[in-house]
Amino acid sequence: MSDARPLLEVNALKKHYPVKGGLLGGETAKVYAVDGVTFSIKRGETLSVVGESGCGKSTVGKTILRLTDPTDGEVFLDGERIDNLSAARLRPMRRRMQVVFQDPFSSLNPRMRVRDILAEPLVNFGLTRSRSEIDDRVAGLMDKVRLPRDAIGRFPHEFSGGQRQRIGIARALAPGADLIICDEAVSALDVSVKAQIVNLLSDLQDELGLALLFISHDLAIVEHLTHRVAVMYLGKIVELADRRTLFSTPHHPYTRALLSAVPVPDPTAKRDRMVLTGDVPSPINPPTGCRFHTRCPFAFDRCRTEEPMLRPIGDREHQSACHLDAVPATH
Amino acid sequence: MSATSIPPGAMPPDAIPEGVSAAPALPDVLPAPRARGKFGTLVYRHPTFVAGAAILGVMLFIAIFAPYLGTVDPTALAPAKRTRPPSAIYWFGTDMLGRDVYSRVMYGTRVSLIVGFGVALLSSVAGVLIGVISGFVRWLDSVIMRVMDGLMSIPPILLAIALMALTRGSVGNVITAITVSQVPQVARLIRGVVLSLREQPYVEAAVASGTRAPKIILRHILPNTVAPLTVQATYICAAAMITEAILSFIGAGTPPTIPSWGNIMAEGRALWQVKPYIVFFPAAFLSVTVLAVNLMGDGLRDWLDPRLAKRL
Repeated sequence: MSDARPLLEVNALKKHYPVKGGLLGGETAKVYAVDGVTFSIKRGETLSVVGESGCGKSTVGKTILRLTDPTDGEVFLDGERIDNLSAARLRPMRRRMQVVFQDPFSSLNPRMRVRDILAEPLVNFGLTRSRSEIDDRVAGLMDKVRLPRDAIGRFPHEFSGGQRQRIGIARALAPGADLIICDEAVSALDVSVKAQIVNLLSDLQDELGLALLFISHDLAIVEHLTHRVAVMYLGKIVELADRRTLFSTPHHPYTRALLSAVPVPDPTAKRDRMVLTGDVPSPINPPTGCRFHTRCPFAFDRCRTEEPMLRPIGDREHQSACHLDAVPATH
Repeated sequence: MSATSIPPGAMPPDAIPEGVSAAPALPDVLPAPRARGKFGTLVYRHPTFVAGAAILGVMLFIAIFAPYLGTVDPTALAPAKRTRPPSAIYWFGTDMLGRDVYSRVMYGTRVSLIVGFGVALLSSVAGVLIGVISGFVRWLDSVIMRVMDGLMSIPPILLAIALMALTRGSVGNVITAITVSQVPQVARLIRGVVLSLREQPYVEAAVASGTRAPKIILRHILPNTVAPLTVQATYICAAAMITEAILSFIGAGTPPTIPSWGNIMAEGRALWQVKPYIVFFPAAFLSVTVLAVNLMGDGLRDWLDPRLAKRL
């Protein structure tokens, strides 16, 4: 399957939100939430999108899912373009991509029983005909996420955070999706529960051949479960590489800063930390040239005027958007 | 009770091994948890709701069984017996036309409750409809909301008077007029709730799992508007009762042939300094009923969703 087309292809995806204001409520500015993002995911692969809050990583997920319409760019799911489909044509495609949200409390309707939550996608996509068939499928889903079958009559508030997240995963599995977008799916959970959910996701991936788009700010978790990583900064991907390359030889200064901020569980470890100063600039008025130049310790004149494109660095699979060929050591 | 004063026979002697001092049985300082029935728990947890519901229940009883509560024809005139003070025969006295005020107040309960419940129900239905349309059809939203703002900028009582001036006085018209003035409040509340629910991850998840818009509204949005709507509806019920009484008082509401608390007060107004009881009894009933509905609303608000306390 390696030579087949990737399951998901995202091409120069843009999402700009209008800022309305003024006397007549006209558009006064734009938020460049996602500004030209290109990547692809193969079947059974995990791509993690990491970055600070507000860098547009969640918007990427929502735009692919068409929970919000893209401003520009193309999205292909299994070779079929989905970013410009009408609502009616999009509906059958929705079966193949599902989502798991961050907050296990607000992602389940408090007034619906687990059975009805899990049956909803089955009924919507016409995957079952009879009540008993729904019951069988729901029971099977509960098994898959390792929840007791007899819990299907309960309401979401009767479960713990980790259990609710399992219900959310079961709902995403229900229609038999090929791609699951995990939007900070484990960020709101306790550390021990986090590990369980991450392991559950990897097991399900092995078992079902799922592709995962894992949106997260937690690099430790990402390192544990991903195949490839895309680092985002202010609506753009600044570096894209397989896990080992990215974590061992990061190229982009921003990636290096992110990695040096990961806590190490060893108080005596000496670390060469690269600490960024200042805040993320506003996506309403992003800096010219390289968007990172305002905080980059290695910035030079070219960075302020010319925007670096994502280009291969060494290995073909490793791409970075930086003018420097080799980023100097911090000291 | 200290460890040295174990009463003999408090424990079997063989239970304590030699040389080991045993702790005495714990004294009963903590009372046993009180066993409460379902109703007891309700009273304990939501006293305001229960108090309001109880008073409203009494009013409902009066409204339904008015003919059997020792009343006479509330419209029967007896000019010879006019303006009698309260007595064993005329419990609340008689008005200036000799009609029995007790009977009139009892029958007047019907008008108040019908108007209160009717307005609450109708404005809820209309308000939910407008609010959901406004929350879902974005291009209509600003148009609808500007119309609602326009309606809200007119004081409800003036709006109701203006509407009543266009029609003849009847209970149905009173309900319609007050409903029109109350709908904007419900519509705005529901629009706000819909807008915030639309952004809930479970609604987005439902969209992602292929749920069509009508089903999203029915299954995911409407059930979650019930709590704030119920609370708002009780307040509207209370406001409608007062507005009805005001309309009747100034002669723009229920026709004089139907006794309502408002027009009983209006008729007693001229005499209130010498015969205060004519005004007092309908006024007391109105106050108590409105208080009961408001108590119920407060209780419901605390019961259904404590966070609403800030929103309303």
